[in-house]
Amino acid sequence: MEDISILVGGKAGDGIRIAAIIVARLFSRYGYRVFVYDDYPSLIRGGHNFSLIRVSRQKVQANNVGVDLIVALDKQTIEKHASELNDGGVILFDSSKGEIETEGVGVPFKEIVKEMEGMSIMRNSAALGAIAKVAEIDWKIVEEVFYKFLPKKTDLNLKIARKAYDMASAGNLKVENLNQEMMPIISGNEAIGLGAVKAGMAVYYAYPMTPSTGILHFLAANRDRFNILVVHPENEIAVILMALGSAYSGAKTMVGTAGGGFALMVEGLSLSAQSEIPITIVVGQRAAPSTGVPTYSLQSDLHFVLNAGHGEFPRFLVAPGDAEEAYYYTGVAMNVAWRCQVPSIVLSDKNLSEGNYSFDSSMYTVEEAQPILWDGKGDYLRYKDSENGVSPLAFPGNESATVKVTSYEHDQYGITSEESEKVAFMQQKRLQKTEAVKKEIENIEAVKAYGKDSDTVIFTWGSTKGACVEAADALGLKVLQSVIMEPFPDLSSYIKDAGRIVTVETNATGQLARLLENNGIRVDHKVLKYNARPFFTDELIERLRKEVL
Amino acid sequence: MNKGNKELNSYAENTWCPGCGNFAILNASKKVFADKDQKNLVMVAGIGCHAKLVDYIDLNHFYSIHGRVPATATGIKLGNPELTVIGFAGDGDAYGEGLAHLMFAAKRNINITMVIHNNGVYGLTTGQFTPTSPEGFKGKSTPWGSVERPFNPLTLMLGAGATFISRSYSNRMENLEMVIDEAMKHKGFSFVEVLQPCYTFYNTYKIYNEKVYDLEGEPPKEHVIEKMTEWNYGSKGNIPIGIFYRETRPTYDESMLREMVPARRKEEIDIEDLLKENT
Repeated sequence: MEDISILVGGKAGDGIRIAAIIVARLFSRYGYRVFVYDDYPSLIRGGHNFSLIRVSRQKVQANNVGVDLIVALDKQTIEKHASELNDGGVILFDSSKGEIETEGVGVPFKEIVKEMEGMSIMRNSAALGAIAKVAEIDWKIVEEVFYKFLPKKTDLNLKIARKAYDMASAGNLKVENLNQEMMPIISGNEAIGLGAVKAGMAVYYAYPMTPSTGILHFLAANRDRFNILVVHPENEIAVILMALGSAYSGAKTMVGTAGGGFALMVEGLSLSAQSEIPITIVVGQRAAPSTGVPTYSLQSDLHFVLNAGHGEFPRFLVAPGDAEEAYYYTGVAMNVAWRCQVPSIVLSDKNLSEGNYSFDSSMYTVEEAQPILWDGKGDYLRYKDSENGVSPLAFPGNESATVKVTSYEHDQYGITSEESEKVAFMQQKRLQKTEAVKKEIENIEAVKAYGKDSDTVIFTWGSTKGACVEAADALGLKVLQSVIMEPFPDLSSYIKDAGRIVTVETNATGQLARLLENNGIRVDHKVLKYNARPFFTDELIERLRKEVL
Repeated sequence: MNKGNKELNSYAENTWCPGCGNFAILNASKKVFADKDQKNLVMVAGIGCHAKLVDYIDLNHFYSIHGRVPATATGIKLGNPELTVIGFAGDGDAYGEGLAHLMFAAKRNINITMVIHNNGVYGLTTGQFTPTSPEGFKGKSTPWGSVERPFNPLTLMLGAGATFISRSYSNRMENLEMVIDEAMKHKGFSFVEVLQPCYTFYNTYKIYNEKVYDLEGEPPKEHVIEKMTEWNYGSKGNIPIGIFYRETRPTYDESMLREMVPARRKEEIDIEDLLKENT
């Protein structure tokens, strides 16, 4: 089969997420493109976790509700998901005594682990062995993947997997050799980290918060390799203030958080604007308000990040929709921040941040842009008047420059001023930088188009584009994805032939639709989902058929 | 303006009230800074009357926001450890709005100096009680008299792990200069509290002049807490000033940076190997 959907379910602590990514890696070795979505509640033990793995010849960035293989490590997986099994699908389950009783391929994972004297979490290795057999994956590939990605107790895990492999029977999901190049599999968070590092990030500050914690973990684990500093301060307020301090000293910095942490950073955002110190902020959206549904996805912070901060000032906002875009546009965000001395925000969501993707590094190149530096002539004025509002940078430690930055309104040297002309002048100087930002990004794709020309155009943003692109392909529709959200791009050439514009997004009020309408674009229909789960391709096709076509 | 200005005065107009304790802190700082490597010196300030000091001195500054001075200063030091970073903050600023940052800067032993202008009142917002105002303080937000006890910043800093803890008084110029200079020389987190009357909203000259006395040297370890608590910011006890505590401990910047200077990082990172590892 060239397109397979797999669900692996169990309790928290069963190693579901590790198993899921290993499954993806097994198929990836045959040339499949993969997308993994982890659905897990905010707890450490118990509850119900599941991961959806989609493997396909084509690039896929969304899952289906209907699955071809259900792998059950607990009873709840059957209770909750058996109805989602496609015709001809297989249920693979732990048939150990006292575990699960159902129809399908039963393999006693628990008993195998016990027999091999493994730890109980190694049931996931038994499941992996059985999955490999069901999909007729070559045992050599299993060995290769285990040795590479399960470095701890590999031999024991393999012994357990082998036993399950031998006990399971082949299903009708045979893996095929697709003769495509193997691709790395990374998460959206890792892609964000890589983009930042490529764009010259020297320091990353963050306080842990789902779904952005993965960036912190990834960069901390690779601190020495990237030669960066990674700091976990006392709270998000410290995070952004430290980042601004480091940027003032000349170090490129990034911070990462979710909506709640960003709420705490807002005074720092405003400080970045007034002091004109560059900062890049990653905001991973999750279901809110407040603590909300912390480990689940929603796209409900668009207008929050667009409007956050007291006062009026330019900002740059991108909302990438997949791992490649996360990589590239994070680099763009860092570069714009430093070239134009404005805050830049990378707006992600849980589905993208924690999703695992086949990553095609040949799609984009990230290069560090150099900021406009002071030429050393005359007296240094940190806030010197300039044509586009961007004043050349100097950093403390410079023999001939005194570098004064401030949260107060100020004169060109950086000393507080409340005089009416100076206040108006500086407001104007800062706002002028909007044009500088537009110039900086004039050659960067702000809107992406997919599919065939059609009268009805789907307009989407963020990770929802994954399901939209596939659904539109099935229905013969055109999809537009807005990646740069601020400065808002000129869409006239994209929508001039559009008869109807239908927005698709995961929030309750239609935030993209509102943004479009604010920019004079009529939205004919909103397809919304706000139960904190991403759109699934089959589900979206159904909704579009019902509501739009 | 700019370098080579020996007086270190900027062109900013001084707008403190006549008699304000901030003048002494300004003058002592300028005197101490005169001998320092000025191109590498960065002053950080919060928001409040104290903060105007950085506008008045013609050196690098980051005029930050209320409560966040220790965090800002930490970021500057981590960005470029060759910089000497001195933060100025008020008592409302450092002990109220941003206490967590102050505690964590001490805990980490980041090599910066924090000077707290403690006048026991919010001056710039025209007179409310602060975390170190005495119980019964009648400010505009507590006209009935504050029912909170002040905390003792010195023992608080000791508990948090500060490696240099001192207190001075704006009307004891020699002591003030000595303390700021020693604090800046100390390798690690240095805490300097300066008692300072607010001429307009809380004039404490008379009380401080009566009660303040110089410590005889630095107290031996076993007497540190006794000296720190001789005055608990209330009506009882005499007020010792000077250096209460000093110890040597690895600094946060050294331990975290290990010779790295992020501000000068120029690195082409090849991600291909990492991607291969994930293939």
